[in-house]
Amino acid sequence: MSDIRYLAPQTLDDAIAQYAAAEGAARILAGGTDLLVQMRSGLLKPSTILDVKKIPELTAIERTADGGFKIGAAISGAALEEDPDFGKAWPGVLEALNLIGSTQVQGRASMGGNLCNGSPAGDAVPALVAAGAVATIKGPNGSRELKVEDVPAGPGKTNLKPGEILVSFTFPARPKGSSDAYLRMIPRTEMDIAVVGVGVSLTLEGGTCTAARVGLGAVAPTVLLVEDAAKALIGSTLDDAAIEKAAAACSAACNPIDDKRGTIAYRTKVAGVLLKRTTAIAAERAGRT
Amino acid sequence: MNDQSNKWIGKRTVRPDGADKVTGRAAYAADATMPGMIWAKVLRSPHPHATIKSIDTSKAEALPGVKAVATAADFVDFPVDTPVPLGIQDMRWMSRNMLAKEKVLFHGHPIAAVAAINEEIAAEACALIEVEYDVLPFAIEIDDAIAKDAPILHDFMKFDGKPSNIAGTLEHTLGDVDAGFAEADVVIERSFTTKPVHQGYIETHACVVSVAPDNRTTIWSSSQGQFMVRAMTAYLTGIPQSNIKAIPAEIGGGFGGKTIVYLEPVATILSKKSGRPVKMVMTREEVMRATGPTSGSKSTVKIGAKKDGTIVAGQGTFYLQAGCLPGSPIRGAAGCAFAPYDIKNVHSFGYDVVSNRSKVAAYRAPGAPIGAFAVESVLDELAVELGMDPLKLRLKNAAKEGTKAAHGPTYPRIGYAETVEAALKSEHYNTPLTGKFQGRGVASGYWFNAGGESSAQVNITEDGNVVVTTGHPDIGGSRASIANITAELLGINYDQVSVQIGDTASIGYSNLTGGSRVLFASAMVVTESTEQVIEQLKGRAAKIWGIDPSQVVWEGGEARPMGEHSANFPSMSLEELAAKANATGGPIGAGSQSNTVGAEGGFATHVCDVEVDVDLGIVRVLRYTCFQDVGRAIHPSYVEGQLQGGVAQGIGWALNEEYIYNKKGQVDNPGFLDYRMPVCSDLPMLDCGIIEIPNPKHPQGVRGVGEVPLVPGPAAVRNAVHDALGIWIDDLPLSPPNVLAAIDANSSLQAAE
Ligand SMILES: Cc1cc2nc3c(=O)[nH]c(=O)nc-3n(C[C@H](O)[C@H](O)[C@H](O)COP(=O)(O)OP(=O)(O)OC[C@H]3O[C@@H](n4cnc5c(N)ncnc54)[C@H](O)[C@@H]3O)c2cc1C
Repeated sequence: MSDIRYLAPQTLDDAIAQYAAAEGAARILAGGTDLLVQMRSGLLKPSTILDVKKIPELTAIERTADGGFKIGAAISGAALEEDPDFGKAWPGVLEALNLIGSTQVQGRASMGGNLCNGSPAGDAVPALVAAGAVATIKGPNGSRELKVEDVPAGPGKTNLKPGEILVSFTFPARPKGSSDAYLRMIPRTEMDIAVVGVGVSLTLEGGTCTAARVGLGAVAPTVLLVEDAAKALIGSTLDDAAIEKAAAACSAACNPIDDKRGTIAYRTKVAGVLLKRTTAIAAERAGRT
Repeated sequence: MNDQSNKWIGKRTVRPDGADKVTGRAAYAADATMPGMIWAKVLRSPHPHATIKSIDTSKAEALPGVKAVATAADFVDFPVDTPVPLGIQDMRWMSRNMLAKEKVLFHGHPIAAVAAINEEIAAEACALIEVEYDVLPFAIEIDDAIAKDAPILHDFMKFDGKPSNIAGTLEHTLGDVDAGFAEADVVIERSFTTKPVHQGYIETHACVVSVAPDNRTTIWSSSQGQFMVRAMTAYLTGIPQSNIKAIPAEIGGGFGGKTIVYLEPVATILSKKSGRPVKMVMTREEVMRATGPTSGSKSTVKIGAKKDGTIVAGQGTFYLQAGCLPGSPIRGAAGCAFAPYDIKNVHSFGYDVVSNRSKVAAYRAPGAPIGAFAVESVLDELAVELGMDPLKLRLKNAAKEGTKAAHGPTYPRIGYAETVEAALKSEHYNTPLTGKFQGRGVASGYWFNAGGESSAQVNITEDGNVVVTTGHPDIGGSRASIANITAELLGINYDQVSVQIGDTASIGYSNLTGGSRVLFASAMVVTESTEQVIEQLKGRAAKIWGIDPSQVVWEGGEARPMGEHSANFPSMSLEELAAKANATGGPIGAGSQSNTVGAEGGFATHVCDVEVDVDLGIVRVLRYTCFQDVGRAIHPSYVEGQLQGGVAQGIGWALNEEYIYNKKGQVDNPGFLDYRMPVCSDLPMLDCGIIEIPNPKHPQGVRGVGEVPLVPGPAAVRNAVHDALGIWIDDLPLSPPNVLAAIDANSSLQAAE
């Protein structure tokens, strides 16, 4: 049996140095709810585990100068839920994160882990994409920013370069009349994996949708930003015709596989159905009367 | 025994295993550990079907840390032409299932096992075993297995004189179905399929086995029968039963799936070879690939009735998957399907079909839910066709005392009609559904129940308490129920009775926990033993008082003098008599062993309400009530637990549970994420309507309770979905993609939206 080294650096710089020193044999541990499962199943055999939960930047919740949020990548869903403000601004992101697993899992699972695990079915990711969240990434060559939709590279893969760590997510300030929502289709009521997931973020001004973003999960190798769906919504009063058009755009964006979790036909149809339902919730939260 | 004056029978006493379980003290098989213990792992087939040309274990044996390697060659040989039945199993098939012999027959089929100083080395050594295969074409589904050019799993198996994957058939005939159908005004015929489903026990198979140099063998394992473990291990290893002590661990679920062995004989041989105790614990993936499930099926059922609803003929053909070796539960499917009804003309035919899947194991009323799914579905359609209430149709045709059933018996007093009447009268059935796409379905079901061999020993402790030992693992409340009965019979407090499950060396032979037999059978032998103890106690008191034993009664937990002596002596308690036991003849206790008979069948009727999300195809159960004749609810909480557990499993079978195979012939969902059993939030509170029509052939009126609650479920859910959508769906599961596809194929429903 090979031994595993466990490191828990206290600073981001130490973490980056240690991660680089391990030369690809290390894995980052946030909540571990994906990592440990993959290690147990024999899928991964890292020689070093780098726990990032002791690093302040990865566990902070901050307000940005423009009134947005900066959320540490390793914060658990349960911890984020306790913040008095975040859930008011981004109820859809929070509900997506806290759909994950069970109460026990939510005490550990993080948005960063959900994104970096690279699953097209990760629940927080479509909501983050819809939110227009930006990921701050730091590595041996310094810091850079990536839109969340540009982070995944395919099932189990990200566009993070060797040695890079995801530090935080920045959420833009919310104009009045804005909200978001996330819905997923699962056969059971909980403890399941999304067959389709849809995140919608929108802004309403006098009944007209002035801004919208749509994230679509589990229907393609990566979570998708569905710009055609957003276009259909923007400028409309979210009338039936606009919603139908947006739903059709979501179905058209699907590039799913037939697998044990759902057929192509099923996923394609459900993507449209969920767009309608998610938009309705987001609009209601945004104050549509 | 069934009167209201009972003090303990019918009481919800505190379960004796409760504190241990909630505090983590209960010792399951995987908790067992011994000094010097080593670990074993199994090498499994990467192919669904192949001939084994050679197995070379030399590299594995050479790996440092490896202590023993075993293959089929280390076990007793059971030639295919000589049947060696053991219960419903046959050692020819058990041996080949445990370790592949001539061929590997499914992906995950064990080929060899290695014991090493830790699990990692054992696994590493398994990977070093070199197996040469001749890979063969495979068949997974029934239709592929019975096709003309199907790959044949076993050359020795013939049907109609030709090599075939049909391992056997079973036929029940009553009257003349052709004549019956000729009389019918309405005939409905439909075909159905169901998927194999796993028992879903949380505790995976596990054991620790220690073989001493003189071959004396001790087995700690999780099973539904320590005597079954002993017998199968003895057969497969050649060690005599008298040298094997099988100790039953606390069991973390079985549902039929632990009525056969996978690991114990393997660990025994590895322990014998290595001289060390050997531990084996399956992973969930191993459980899902290579144990259990119950059969998938395809069936066709035809029912004919008169305009007034009188059923005049019923015919059913049931193909059941056996997995890779013979032995699917066709008896349960073909035998139970029509059993709730008084039908003059019945023909029921079952086919046992092998294919390249793991061998099926018993699952709660094995086969019966498959038969009921088809018959109860057709009955619902018949009710619609006749314009009759589906429960009234069932009541009109209900079997009753004197009905001759197609599978053989003429029923004594049974409670089937009472379950239908209770459903008809229930608040549930009489509360209208109000929502869109909501529907209500009903279905009934039957299970044979079983008696058989049981042993009990009832001992009075020196301080006047009672230890009862029986020989069946407790999977559903038998300890608490036996304590209730013993306390009742002795007239003492429930707390004074401790019920133990003996190992194979400390209690007489007791058949396994299965067939809903345990409380029925063990209550009989415990009653006999306790009655003998009462006679002894009376005798001891008589001796002390110097009167004839016939002049002593046992009442209210004490011996009392009778008649002319009644005023002469103060009564004596159990404690007082126990204290004087040595002076009056020695220890007090009695045992009883018997092959019990008179376990009469069980009947249930279920009512299920669902709501369908027609855009997503999701079926949610809103309300569910299970009406069942339980004979006598010795411990009502446990009876309800059995009913609710069976219903939950039936709903899972109906909605989402299924084995999914990929194109390579491998199970694609070998875990609880993609093998979807219901989670708690999927189900409403499951209501129970307990009906007590005491079994006239049992001292406490007990009927088996544990299996029939699974039987009606799949059909009740399917019939409810029809009521909600107006669509008959004949293939399980009613999973969202399948339901949405059915909705999409039905344009009238879309128009109605
Ligand atoms: C019982 C159970 C139920 C679950 N249910 C769901 C569900 O409903 N929906 C769902 O989407 N997921 C589910 N999951 C999966 C998992 O919980 C989530 O993906 C979770 O968000 C992962 O977060 P984590 O912090 O635990 O990640 P970890 O396991 O710690 O990490 C996941 C991966 O990301 C990498 N990583 C983590 N943080 C960083 C970082 N800051 N920088 C770079 N790489 C990083 C790790 O190296 C690892 O490869 C479930 C898991 C379990 C065990």
